[in-house]
Amino acid sequence: MEVNKFVEAKSISEAYDLIKADRLNKVIGGGAWLKISMKKAKTLISLDNLGLDYIKEELDYIEVGAQTSLRKLETNKSIKSLSSGILSKAINHIMGITIRNIATIGGSIMGKFAFSDLYPVLLVMNVKLTFFKLGEISFEEYIDIPRVNDDILVNIKFKKNDSLGYFKKVSKTALDFAMINMAITTTNNNFKIAIGSKPSIAQLSKSTMKFLNSQDKLDDEKIEKACDLAVEESNINSNVRASKEYREVLIKTYLKRGIKQVIK
Amino acid sequence: MKINLKINGISKILEVEPGEFLLDVLRRNNYLSVRRGCDNSSCGVCTVLFDNKPVPSCSLLAVKANNHEITTVEGIQEEANKLAKCFGEYGADQCGFCNPSMALTVYALKQENKNATDEEIKEYLVGNLCRCTGYVSQHKAIKKYLGEKNESS
Amino acid sequence: MKVVNKKVGSVDGVGIMKGRKAFTDDYADKDSLIIKVKRSPHAFARIKNIDDSKAKALDGIEMVLTYKDFKRISFTRAGQGYPEPSPHDKFVLDKYVRYIGDEVCAVVGSTEEICLKALSLIEVDYEVLEPVLDFEKAIDNKTIIHDEPEAKEMFDIGFKPKKNIAASYHMHIGDVEKTLSECEYTIKETFYTQAQSHVMLEPHAVNTHIDYQERLVIYSSTQTPFHIRRIIAQALEIPMSKIRVIKPRVGGGFGGKQAIHGEMLAAYVTYKTGKPAKLVYTRKEVFESSYSRHPMKFEMALGADKFGKLKVIDCKVLSDTGAYGEHALTVFMVAGSKVLPLYNKVDSVRFSGDVVYTNHTPAGAFRGYGAIQGNFALESAVDILCHKMDMDPIKFRNLNMMKEGETSPIFAIMGEGTEGTPMNMDTCKLQECVEDGKALIDWDNKYPYKDMGDKIKTVGMAIAMQGSGIPLIDMGSATIKLNDDGFYNLMVGATEIGQGSDTVLSQIAAEELNTTIDKVIIYSSDTDLTPFDVGAYASSTTFVSGNAVYKAAKALKTEMLNEAARIFKVDIKQVEFDGEIFKVKNSDKKMTLRDFSNEITYSEEQKQLQVTSSYVGPKSPPPFMAGFIEIDIDKETAEIDIIDYVSVVDCGTTINPMLAKGQVDGAIVQGLGMAMFEDVKLAKNGKLISSDMLNYKIPTRLDINKLTTKFVDSYEKSGPFGAKSVGEIGIDTPPAALANAIENALGVRMTSLPITPEKILQKLKENEK
Repeated sequence: MEVNKFVEAKSISEAYDLIKADRLNKVIGGGAWLKISMKKAKTLISLDNLGLDYIKEELDYIEVGAQTSLRKLETNKSIKSLSSGILSKAINHIMGITIRNIATIGGSIMGKFAFSDLYPVLLVMNVKLTFFKLGEISFEEYIDIPRVNDDILVNIKFKKNDSLGYFKKVSKTALDFAMINMAITTTNNNFKIAIGSKPSIAQLSKSTMKFLNSQDKLDDEKIEKACDLAVEESNINSNVRASKEYREVLIKTYLKRGIKQVIK
Repeated sequence: MKINLKINGISKILEVEPGEFLLDVLRRNNYLSVRRGCDNSSCGVCTVLFDNKPVPSCSLLAVKANNHEITTVEGIQEEANKLAKCFGEYGADQCGFCNPSMALTVYALKQENKNATDEEIKEYLVGNLCRCTGYVSQHKAIKKYLGEKNESS
Repeated sequence: MKVVNKKVGSVDGVGIMKGRKAFTDDYADKDSLIIKVKRSPHAFARIKNIDDSKAKALDGIEMVLTYKDFKRISFTRAGQGYPEPSPHDKFVLDKYVRYIGDEVCAVVGSTEEICLKALSLIEVDYEVLEPVLDFEKAIDNKTIIHDEPEAKEMFDIGFKPKKNIAASYHMHIGDVEKTLSECEYTIKETFYTQAQSHVMLEPHAVNTHIDYQERLVIYSSTQTPFHIRRIIAQALEIPMSKIRVIKPRVGGGFGGKQAIHGEMLAAYVTYKTGKPAKLVYTRKEVFESSYSRHPMKFEMALGADKFGKLKVIDCKVLSDTGAYGEHALTVFMVAGSKVLPLYNKVDSVRFSGDVVYTNHTPAGAFRGYGAIQGNFALESAVDILCHKMDMDPIKFRNLNMMKEGETSPIFAIMGEGTEGTPMNMDTCKLQECVEDGKALIDWDNKYPYKDMGDKIKTVGMAIAMQGSGIPLIDMGSATIKLNDDGFYNLMVGATEIGQGSDTVLSQIAAEELNTTIDKVIIYSSDTDLTPFDVGAYASSTTFVSGNAVYKAAKALKTEMLNEAARIFKVDIKQVEFDGEIFKVKNSDKKMTLRDFSNEITYSEEQKQLQVTSSYVGPKSPPPFMAGFIEIDIDKETAEIDIIDYVSVVDCGTTINPMLAKGQVDGAIVQGLGMAMFEDVKLAKNGKLISSDMLNYKIPTRLDINKLTTKFVDSYEKSGPFGAKSVGEIGIDTPPAALANAIENALGVRMTSLPITPEKILQKLKENEK
């Protein structure tokens, strides 16, 4: 990798000034994907010494510093208590443990990788991101905006809840990227559903959620209808990992099983 | 640029390029038990311990090791010896290209969770691929090694 | 037996685990010149011009090598004995590139970084040619891949380069059409297998230097050090006496390291410059630019009478050898010769077809070597026939398969590239294998399937055979010497590549010498120091090299007894040796081995006791096995959980039961990889998409639940202590066993590998129509 300089930022604003100064100055999170995603940079800016590696429990939310490793998040008790522990479960499915020890939550969010197993979970969990300049936005809003290259993610806040959650990833072997991944949460029969790796980036299945949330009681027929709706609104396509048709089968099957699991 | 780090408990000052990965730096400095298998952290062969946690040295910038501790299998010879004996007992050693990295990861697991279940062992080690053994004999050997620790602690 | 067939740990496991310097790249000189290869972006092109001026001008670049630097000597990289059954169709560098990833030119420089920079500065002007990317359209295509006059066959292998045919073959016994027409039941089906990659964890590596005798020393991660020496000497016109090849520890081979990869360039660079050099393949190069398994198409027809007796097998094969013909004929023939004899009671059998050139990554040797492809086709076809006859597949096999004491005419007709060798099956415990496997998998309770709610549980099976070296061709040899203090050195050309041959061969020597394994110090594969051996391939090491070790140990023992008789001044018949003590019968004269060895080293009539023995097998006794898979299939998504794989194997005596089990377990999982996961994806232009480990997925430890591996009692008289081979046999059955299980559960027949849930659902959908 061609890199001229490595800088350990002393403050977030110093890091921010550096990325503003040159498009080839890049902030790195854990740097886990540098090897395959970056060929060249003028200055690599590390955030390791900014105290952003923490998990802090507040009254009604859990705040996580952007430089917290995925592994730390995965094994954290407070995180495990949210939405049936689906965030831990999703992280557990990402590559091997060695990568999860260096990859950070911030880097994973900033990367906007469409195959991310985290995104569907973050979409259904009531998550807020705090950027240095942009300020606080919901993860839902973040997914819809283009990749943010000129700001710095500082922390992620997970609202505490007593929702039930479901996460599913389907992949060829345990170490492969997902053919599909999905997450469901339900709080007092209010559903949130997100489907990712279709192979496009994860999205909330809003029509499906609306349909489900307007039903008094769910029976098999209604659940089937919800699954059909989810397939319809999900912009599913083919790539080397799976065909459009197979993704549709997977989404229908696991959405059905997921809904049944969280309403049990 | 120069980095200060401890390798297997010994303080070192190493000259590295800002874009260099830790694996290349370690091999250049004669830590030859750390090996290259795949180039993109998919195989586990380049695993070292970074502040006692297993990481893929092929994908970790060398500068990130500044002021940290790196352990290679040379730093846990006694444990490697114990694990090797267990591997021998179950016929779990074949080509052995991955074995030093396996020793490091298994050792890290022992530190973190010495009562790991079958599933937890597999999950912890899933990133350490093996093309020779079919995994089952390895699994038995690793369980035996983790069990030995339980008895002594 | 004291050492053989006992739980003995490997001789090298501790040192390897502790990270001792062991593998090829660990021995590279720190100042090695780095070699990097520029690779073709086109599937087929003629190089019009290479402008390397900017690269050469770079500080730190030693040289740039192009086809102009090499004399046009054609050779094959296959790594086989001489003369090779593979066409000589390769040059160190050529002005044609024949697949995406083929070598264009090479840069040699002081660091990898500089070399990579130099590669990017080389401008190549190509005349892009129309490639052949569909192997079914290769024959008589208007594109001719090997039009160069130097390409040649070493003996008749059916080489017709103008037709894009690298090799072809035909054999038949009886009248296939006539027998088929007389059968009560017949079936026809077409099968496809994919270009599996070896994915040994150590990438191909080589380093070279000139020693103080001005000789070229090559450290190579290879399965065939002696062949490498010969082929390099021929292709680079270096006297063979000037070359020494050392094989350090090898990080897995599986056939992928039988061939020559970077050795040619590294040898040339060091020979030319006098400087040390090294070339280590990137993982992408391993996938894209070494070689893979031959993809094949099988058109099968079977016929049986009304009692379920198999009468006829017809097998037409098309094999894709890619851009170069490495192992083209021999892999193709093994798809018949190590598969068809399983059913030796047929009236008629035919095996024919072609191996074609295409502009794909070349294919070559890979564990199973055609037998896994042929096994998938034949053992799938057999189950189709069983379903048609409504006959239990185990009953069918018991009725029709090879039994002990029987033979097959195929052994005499088909060899590896040549005629075969007739042989009787002195050991064939297939019946016990099938019987034990049936019990272990609990066949009667699970066949054809069990409804489990969301999932269906099912079982499937297949039988297989392999060989034990190539009869009358493969030679192995061993030298054993006795040292003062009473321990031995065992020097073998046999090539330890992680399969445990150093341990197994030490056990054989220790057993015959009545000693313990720590008294036998083995050193393998150094062309200067160890005697000749063809190398690690064709499941030959335990049987061929093992026999050589056995013979050498036996001969050394005789020499030792002779010397002891001289010292005791008695007839040799009066001397007994139990491994530690020499005794004269009916007397109290005795001497320890230690005293004996010290005496002949230092005291009187001193001499070095050392024996070299060689072995060539007059036959190749096949190991046999039955493989049974148990899977749960998701009714909606067709996802498959592998619950258990039962292997019951007849490999004669297991010299080291644990290592033998390791060979079978590892091969089963590699076979399951081929059966289920290892999908080879190509872009429209012929580029390999699955060219890294993020995109080519081998089984992980979470994908494997249970392996039940068992060996039946068996003793092969021609083998060392009764042993046959065990290195390859394990890989053959998983594809067919899986396909058979799926038909048992779902009634669909999967005919192409890998078998993915997606393909199963597609097939179910097609069947509905």
